[in-house]
Amino acid sequence: MAILEFVGRRLFWAIFVILGIVILNFILLRLAPGDPAAIMAGQSGATDPEYIAQLRVQFGLDQPLYMQLLTYIRDVAMLDLGMSGRQQVPVIDLIARRLPATLLLTITAYFLSLGLGVLLGVLAARRVGKWQDSVITVLALLAYATPLFWIGLMLILLFSVTLGWLPAYGMRTTGAGLTGMAYVLDILHHLILPMVTLGLFYMAVYARLARASMLEVADQDYIKTAVAKGLPDGRVTRAHMLRNAVLPVISFAGFQAGHLVGGAVLVETVFAWPGIGRLAFDALLQRDYNVLLGVFLFTAIMVIIFNIITDIIYTLVDPRIEVGR
Amino acid sequence: MFRRAAFMASAAAVIGVAASAYADEPKRGGQLSAIINPEPPILMLGLNQQGPTQAVAGKIYQSLLTYDFDLNPMPSLAREWEVADDGLTYTFHLQEGVTWHDGEAFTAADAVFSLDEFLPETHPRWRQLYRNVASIDAPDDHTLVIELEEPFPAFIMAFETASAPMIPKHLYEGTDYRDNEWNQTPIGTGPFKFEEWNRGSSIHLVRNDDYWKDGKPYLDEIYFEVIPDAASRVTALETQRVHMSRGEDIEFFDVPRVAQLDHLEVTTQGWEMFAPHAWLEFNVREEPISDKRFRQAVMHAIDREFILNNIFFGSGNVATGPISSSTLFYDDNVPEYEYDPDRARELLDEMGLEPDGNGVRTELRLLPIPYGEAWDRLGEYVRQQLIEVGIQTDLEAADAGTWAERVANWDYDMTFNYLYQYGDPAIGVSRSYISDNIQRGTLFTNTMGYENEEVDRLFEEAAREIDPERRQELYTEVQQILVEEVPVGWLIELEFPTIYDVRFENLVTTAIGTNETYDDVYIAE
Repeated sequence: MAILEFVGRRLFWAIFVILGIVILNFILLRLAPGDPAAIMAGQSGATDPEYIAQLRVQFGLDQPLYMQLLTYIRDVAMLDLGMSGRQQVPVIDLIARRLPATLLLTITAYFLSLGLGVLLGVLAARRVGKWQDSVITVLALLAYATPLFWIGLMLILLFSVTLGWLPAYGMRTTGAGLTGMAYVLDILHHLILPMVTLGLFYMAVYARLARASMLEVADQDYIKTAVAKGLPDGRVTRAHMLRNAVLPVISFAGFQAGHLVGGAVLVETVFAWPGIGRLAFDALLQRDYNVLLGVFLFTAIMVIIFNIITDIIYTLVDPRIEVGR
Repeated sequence: MFRRAAFMASAAAVIGVAASAYADEPKRGGQLSAIINPEPPILMLGLNQQGPTQAVAGKIYQSLLTYDFDLNPMPSLAREWEVADDGLTYTFHLQEGVTWHDGEAFTAADAVFSLDEFLPETHPRWRQLYRNVASIDAPDDHTLVIELEEPFPAFIMAFETASAPMIPKHLYEGTDYRDNEWNQTPIGTGPFKFEEWNRGSSIHLVRNDDYWKDGKPYLDEIYFEVIPDAASRVTALETQRVHMSRGEDIEFFDVPRVAQLDHLEVTTQGWEMFAPHAWLEFNVREEPISDKRFRQAVMHAIDREFILNNIFFGSGNVATGPISSSTLFYDDNVPEYEYDPDRARELLDEMGLEPDGNGVRTELRLLPIPYGEAWDRLGEYVRQQLIEVGIQTDLEAADAGTWAERVANWDYDMTFNYLYQYGDPAIGVSRSYISDNIQRGTLFTNTMGYENEEVDRLFEEAAREIDPERRQELYTEVQQILVEEVPVGWLIELEFPTIYDVRFENLVTTAIGTNETYDDVYIAE
């Protein structure tokens, strides 16, 4: 009951947060110099004032700014994200078509990094000071410190160009006309490199978090007690240490989950993965306001939802924490 | 009475054969995968003329004419044409048996609709050309007659696909052109039909089995693959996942390396119609740039051979003046600006711009154009060269939107820019220098603010002159004046590389290069 009340209250406040985000994003975007009409005219290589004026009308930019904002808020309230001025396609369609690609990439990378990261972190903590610990720590540091796009490019160089094992870019083999299982396998084949690239960074973060947190817990009296009363090693690690050490990991996992939609711009660009991140990035460069606002709104909603979920998971993992007023 | 200018299909055939003299009979079948970057916003060529849009939509839509490498008009949807001696009447005889992709017949009524209604409403470049048009009529289903108000010999250059695409009247007449649902599934007369667009991934075109040229096209399908990262684009070519790159898809510094690969070939042909002309643009309203000696000094301070060879890796020629050597009426008999920093310092001294204690004579803003790595390097190089002669510049980073906004509103001291010339100086060159075209807020006008009555007069007269020899004299004179005055610092006549798989024939056969219809393209054994 307490949980339902908690969720209800959070969702209620979320409406105001989202309204604030919409207004703030709208204003921030308009502060950037250049508008989509000027950019589109610029890319066409020839232009005249009439053309720019026509584009501004088409994009709805001929209205006063406050009117544009009010119209936008009204439309969003009715779940209408508007049209992409540039592509003449409803924003919701653009997002819906790109979302599956991004979610496939980020969710697989998410679980890969979370699972492997915690495993490696625990391993390192159990073998602290030994060679296994050193290897894991150094690898995690490397993966953490190296820019994502560079890792991506190096993986492409090795696995696509030199070895020729994995496709370098894209999500499916164009023109192969695959169906059924072959189609799914083709996508998975394309998924490996971007997923690993994206996953490596977060894996490093989780490994470091889990290791540090495990070591901290290992010094607690109740662990000594558990060991003293003769519990097997594995059980102490799993039930006593990990359970208590996992809270910081969950905080970060919650944070990362909020970014599942928008957080893969670089990887999507390097691997030509047709996802939301690239949609947003292109829209930013082209000042395609409605598309960008739509993606921001979507991301904001995701962050809010995952924050709530994270808070609930806290209470499940650690009974000392309660959802409060 | 009429000057015949008809090149029958045989002319096209000769060029096709010359380009592939050793190849066998063209073979049916196969697919072409080409890189497309950036992704076009829409494929309706009458509404959007960005480079990538032209390359894709050029296979779907067609126009009346196309042009060979020397810019001679060649038949496309018009099989023959005449220009009257007074230069006022253009008569086009259209191909028969042409149908739109939805099965409707293409007739002169479509051509009248396109040129007289649709394009004047939507297409900024056609609008300029159309200003001088008195009437457009279709005396019968396969004849089109255009009357001009005044002679305008450049008009014959106005009929390539991106300038004047044919739009289906039966789908667009009486509708809101920009809101028409057919914009998302374009219908043209071209050899390839629109099939599918996976936004962010690829555009799929398939063979038009009812194409009006018998037995063509040879290819079954074309895929355009959207690859946003420059390094991934190179990889795609290297690993043979794609067969062709165009324009600036591949960074200039990667081109020599890729050209070494056995399965790839590079050509810089196919840009003659566009002749992208790159320059250092001055805001001539600003002190001390307003003094032509300052601009001449900048020309002497920059080693343009170095820029060509080390930044653009030889993709083009050093520009000698406002008209590109591949555009009509080019003349190289103009003042030269040798790389000579001492001469530059002399000119600056003469102006009274003395260096201060740090050797700095003046400080200006330099706004590089955000079009890729070569252009960033160009900015850094020019900054370095200018410091040598005492001109300090502040490099200002900007994204495409910021750049466009600032240049259009004259908020810069120096920037880079490149413009297409479209074959004839009256179409693509004069617009940058005539004072009538100083229009705040609009890119690709005379953003420099350059004013010279003599230049205005010469361009005006040359545009109306039908005697080619007299035209040449006028253009020679205007080139000499402009080169002396340096309203912009011309750098490079760019020739963008088309890199392609050697098995493909006829990818570049005309002055519009990869924007061609590709009905001649086939895969050799």
